[in-house]
Amino acid sequence: METGNAKGKENDDVIVVRDLVNGFGEQLVHDGVNLSVRRGEIIGVVGGSGTGKSVLMRSIIGLQTPKSGSIEVFGESTLNRETTELADLTKRWGVLFQGGALFSTLTVAENVQVPLREFYPGLDPALLDEIAAYKVVMTGLPADAGPKYPSELSGGMRKRAGLARALAMDPELLFLDEPTAGLDPIGAAAFDELTRSLQKTLGLTVFLITHDLDTLYAICDRIAVLADKKVIAVGTIDELLALDHPWIQEYFKGPRGRAAVATLERNEHADAAAEGQ
Amino acid sequence: MTDTAAFSQDSDTVRFTGSLVLARIGDLPERLRDSTEKVAHVDLSGVDRIDTVGAWVVHRFAAQHQADIIGLDADGEHLLEQVAKADQPVAMRPAPVGSFQRVVGELGDAVVQSGQTLYGLLGFFGATLIAFWNVATHPQRFRFNAIVQRFEVVGVTALGIIGLMSFLIGIVIAQQGSVQLQQFGFEVFTINLVGRLTLRELGVLMTAIMVAGRSGSAFAAQLGTMKLTEEIDAMRTIGVSPMEALVLPRVIASVVMMPLLGMYASIIAIVGGGLLCWISLDIPPVTFVQRIREVVPVTDLYVGLIKAPFFGLIIAMAGCFQGMLVEGDAEQVGTRTTAAVVQAIFLVIVLDAFFAVFFTSIGWV
Repeated sequence: METGNAKGKENDDVIVVRDLVNGFGEQLVHDGVNLSVRRGEIIGVVGGSGTGKSVLMRSIIGLQTPKSGSIEVFGESTLNRETTELADLTKRWGVLFQGGALFSTLTVAENVQVPLREFYPGLDPALLDEIAAYKVVMTGLPADAGPKYPSELSGGMRKRAGLARALAMDPELLFLDEPTAGLDPIGAAAFDELTRSLQKTLGLTVFLITHDLDTLYAICDRIAVLADKKVIAVGTIDELLALDHPWIQEYFKGPRGRAAVATLERNEHADAAAEGQ
Repeated sequence: MTDTAAFSQDSDTVRFTGSLVLARIGDLPERLRDSTEKVAHVDLSGVDRIDTVGAWVVHRFAAQHQADIIGLDADGEHLLEQVAKADQPVAMRPAPVGSFQRVVGELGDAVVQSGQTLYGLLGFFGATLIAFWNVATHPQRFRFNAIVQRFEVVGVTALGIIGLMSFLIGIVIAQQGSVQLQQFGFEVFTINLVGRLTLRELGVLMTAIMVAGRSGSAFAAQLGTMKLTEEIDAMRTIGVSPMEALVLPRVIASVVMMPLLGMYASIIAIVGGGLLCWISLDIPPVTFVQRIREVVPVTDLYVGLIKAPFFGLIIAMAGCFQGMLVEGDAEQVGTRTTAAVVQAIFLVIVLDAFFAVFFTSIGWV
């Protein structure tokens, strides 16, 4: 028995980006980006501000038309496709935008139900409510959040509600755009935990854009570094640290990078101590 | 294997088969709900795939019958555990309210809201006056550039559309008037109609409606967006008063521009009316202008010019007031902008009615 919607075998690539070129007017954001995302991994995408992390995500999910290059998700191209043509693919992925992007005229519960109603209009209304209810709890929202409107929620709760909506269809692939930005450290750690646990439970593949070094250390299997309009390296943190690219060195070995490592080591010690008892 | 989810009962064991996933679940939840037989075990060993929806349905079924779940692998156990953990009472929609109570409640809310709007508008008017006084006593705080820029946006760029509108209105008044007056052989009075109506009423009124739609809405949307992006808060923390920096230039621009635009609109409307008189009534322009000077008293011009600044004040106040009320989400910008235009036009027409009575009673007829 398989859990989640994951189909197919291990180690095949869910997202394949080849020679992607993106730009606005004369200015190029990407110039030959190559990236493969394997099934079941959490891939972190990092890069300085303005290196086109969000543009890359928008290209992959078909919101941004690149100048050239190819993008395949689940073996199908997402380029130059109408929204309706992409429906079969959008069913299989969930997207969490930076600000949550909740529909402001709908309550949290209704927001979560939107994709379900759209794709399965015949679904039993009682089941629909129950699905929304357990998704709300799963993403760590308080029990009274269901009838609230997005404007009544805090930034962190909006992100959780956005995640609940992204997970509504039990997707195989989850795109998270800076999920922990603007959250307090406790909330951010809880969000990391949540992402990890959902990924394990549902066998998700997660495409995670982040600036948060703690998130990278805590949950990412591999990290892709965007710089100089390209993906300059993909690998585990240890592999990246072995490279001598100045930006990577600066990023991971700067004061914040060292702090994140220290936190991780402390946590591992604590875990080891807890297990030893 | 992607079979539709199904179940079968064998004494006290329910066996699920197929794919227990959202896409394949079909009417399984309803059929499960209808089954009333006693169940002690739920066997999932025949299930190919399961997602959170399937796990939820199984969990709820098992919980309902207090049955135990068997035949799961480690991943499945973990999934079911997670779903079971999420089984908590959650409010889904606001508590229902009786229809009578709702109607009364909405009526009360509307009354309270109207009262608050009026009160708020009055307060806002006061705040604008205070800002004006502050600037008047500290002339170095007078934002000359901002005001001139507003002059351009409110006044100069509106010349084209207001001119075209007034020209057409002049033609329509003359055309409709001449058709009616011809029946009595008094078509020469069309000139009185065009001259007096445009200078006294329509020139300024139509301009006010156009300015409310063009500039009043823009004021509300601009200030509303600035409120949402916290620009106005940022301004306050720097020590700049938004009333002085944002509201006052807009109010002054509207107050100054409205008489100019109103005058301009009246003249263009008279030109339009004159053109129609020339074409369809064979009244030459020279005669038309001469008649206008004879039949239109100068008080008509005063009536129009006195009303205009008040209309400008109302439009700018309504726009800025509604803009400053925006809070929360982007949708509010839209509703507040609409409210600004509706309020401005409504108040302008109400005030116009009062002015009509007033000017008649002082003998300017």
